[in-house]
Amino acid sequence: MITISVSQKDFDSGAEIRKIADLGGGAVASFTGQVRGDADLVALELEHYPAMTEQALRTIADDAAEKWALHGITIIHRVGRLQVNDQIVLVCTGSDHRQAAISACSFIMDKLKTVAPFWKKEIWKDGSETWVEERQSDLDAAAEWKGRA
Amino acid sequence: MAGELDIVYFAWVKERLGRPEDRIAVPDGVSTVGGLIDYLCQQDASYDQVFADRSRLRFALDQQLVHADAKLDNSRELAIFPPVTGG
Repeated sequence: MITISVSQKDFDSGAEIRKIADLGGGAVASFTGQVRGDADLVALELEHYPAMTEQALRTIADDAAEKWALHGITIIHRVGRLQVNDQIVLVCTGSDHRQAAISACSFIMDKLKTVAPFWKKEIWKDGSETWVEERQSDLDAAAEWKGRA
Repeated sequence: MAGELDIVYFAWVKERLGRPEDRIAVPDGVSTVGGLIDYLCQQDASYDQVFADRSRLRFALDQQLVHADAKLDNSRELAIFPPVTGG
């Protein structure tokens, strides 16, 4: 079961994890990303490409489901203006065994960061705004999955 | 030829161009994403400024990520944006 959601609304990560747990299997892994409280950061604005986003996330989830035996995958990503400590993203995977659940969760996040059409803008206390730049470490992490698992 | 093509922009590409989208008639002889970018830059200096550093641009044709050498073929929508930074 694959669940994809892109929304301005906040989500209840506990309830979402429970839904994956209820599918059975002995292992549930999850990752929650939130707005990091960098000094002088007021908010993040998350933009996306509505016509493409959900399909891009679904393709990542389908890839994970091919690589590992999973009972369920949930990917939730928020868009719009988010404050420090607000939740941005949840990835949750359920499997019979922990290696599959943890690896799939990590794979989905690595792919999401490099191919899903989201862009973050940082809003600072002095009113200035900066678009977040891509990080080589994210590209390296996504590339490492090639040929693995 | 591809005929009419919608181009959509995101993040700083959209901000610097000052608009979210364009509709253009693809001229004869332009067959790839990169070729189209070259053509647009020749047409209008505003494109040239924003698209100056091609290494900072990413592309999607009909909502699929592609490289600059991708054929336009009969695509309906080209998206031009910076490297993605979600998660």
